[in-house]
Amino acid sequence: MKHEITLTINGQSVTAEVDSRLLLVHFIRENLDLTGTHIGCDTSNCGACTILLNGKSVKSCTYLAVRADGAEITTIEGIAAEGTNHPIQQGFHDQHGLHCGFCTPGMIMRSIDLLNNNPNPTEEEIRWGISGNLCRCTGYNNIVKSIRQAAEEMQKEKETTV
Amino acid sequence: MIPANFTYHKASSLKDAIALAESLGEEAKYMSGGHSLLPMMKLRFATPEHIIDISKIQGLSFIKEEGDLLKIGAMTTQTEMEYSDLLRSKYPIFGDAIKLTADPSVRNVGTLGGNIAHGDAANDQPALMLAMRATVIAEGVDGQKSIPIDEFFHGFYMTALEPTDILVEIHIPKASKHSGGAYHKVERKVGDYATAGVAVYVELDDDGVCREIGIALTNVSAVPMRVDRAEELLRGKKITDDLIGQAGVFASEDCEPTSDLRGSEAYKRSLVDTITKRMLNKALERARQ
Ligand SMILES: Cc1cc2nc3c(=O)[nH]c(=O)nc-3n(C[C@H](O)[C@H](O)[C@H](O)COP(=O)(O)OP(=O)(O)OC[C@H]3O[C@@H](n4cnc5c(N)ncnc54)[C@H](O)[C@@H]3O)c2cc1C
Ligand code: FES
Ligand code: FES
Repeated sequence: MKHEITLTINGQSVTAEVDSRLLLVHFIRENLDLTGTHIGCDTSNCGACTILLNGKSVKSCTYLAVRADGAEITTIEGIAAEGTNHPIQQGFHDQHGLHCGFCTPGMIMRSIDLLNNNPNPTEEEIRWGISGNLCRCTGYNNIVKSIRQAAEEMQKEKETTV
Repeated sequence: MIPANFTYHKASSLKDAIALAESLGEEAKYMSGGHSLLPMMKLRFATPEHIIDISKIQGLSFIKEEGDLLKIGAMTTQTEMEYSDLLRSKYPIFGDAIKLTADPSVRNVGTLGGNIAHGDAANDQPALMLAMRATVIAEGVDGQKSIPIDEFFHGFYMTALEPTDILVEIHIPKASKHSGGAYHKVERKVGDYATAGVAVYVELDDDGVCREIGIALTNVSAVPMRVDRAEELLRGKKITDDLIGQAGVFASEDCEPTSDLRGSEAYKRSLVDTITKRMLNKALERARQ
């Protein structure tokens, strides 16, 4: 059975007809052609498919597209204006937070939610915070440093805008 | 992996959901977070013909104390529980458990109601509910009913809920001046289900005598279980190190683990012994603060 859904994705309103069983990650990658969101395990374990749904990190391989009706979704493509980097992207760039890059979009989307909840996390809090995102390359140390750098940058930005 | 074909229905109210479940019959399933159900559907372990989405129903997401009770709405996510000031300050046992449950993105979606209604002894909330002597409030075709937690879990994925019943609220006796709880589970890696887990909730009187005690276990039996023998041993007594040691032995003897990829039966019994003792000490420490 088809359902009409309307949702906001990276600031743009989208209306589509979807099957009951269509997974959100397939909707994002195949219907919308936003392939920055990856599929790693397809079993809710690796976090490669992490997106923001109404501001919260969610594993989009474990969410039905039809349930996202009315939601506001952000993917890796929507976090910074063309030609600029989000502070977390800049952190990953500066601190070598990626090797192959497969886990990176999910790591970054998860980190946005993490820093929303806890703008100044300790190393341990960062490690627990990204515990649902697997990286097979970096050994995590540089990822933790990247998120730490972003936290500091974002704190500074906040102070200067206040 | 894509689930088998089914038809999705969005419920806008409890009444609407229950009416849908009644008309669609046995092949319909409620979905809250979907983080237990959808993985099973993707693996085709579950093939419901209809999914009734109850996550959009308003008013089922809250954490509050009212009268003698702590009340938590079924649709409250585990993340909302993790960041609740009330739970953090007065019921730290939830923080113990939630930090070790899945991962933050799963907890953003998975609900308390779903964690309990799933009827899985591997989930963490059932042991907490047993230890704290919760009452499950459900709404169904015949209106509302209260189910004591000891009558709730019937078997592997089987509970006292009828197919049309919706778990709406959990009631827990409010924390008293000298009560405290603690939970820990051993897991192979972060985010894994428990190899073994133990929840303890203790209430002391002004003289430090144990007035009430709850001890319950995760993933070492087919159905979430209470350790009656250890509770009887401690109830009405001043709890000493010797008694704690004995309670650990009782818990390890009475649990019913099977050997699997997470460990041998003997290893799990040994874990239950150790964690029970540690959680008794931690709960007592919190009760005495
Ligand atoms: C990778 C991963 C790791 C996990 N690790 C853990 C863990 O370590 N510990 C743990 O405890 N959990 C774990 N979970 C499970 C997670 O916490 C689930 O979200 C939770 O157990 C179920 O909640 P839900 O809202 O997603 O339920 P759903 O999946 O929506 O539902 C589960 C079952 O309960 C029924 N149901 C749901 N809500 C109601 C209701 N209100 N009334 C009646 N019936 C209802 C459904 O019909 C279904 O049969 C993990 C999940 C994943 C994906
Ligand atoms: S692809 Fe979704 S968690 Fe791995
Ligand atoms: S950079 Fe390769 S998986 Fe993380």
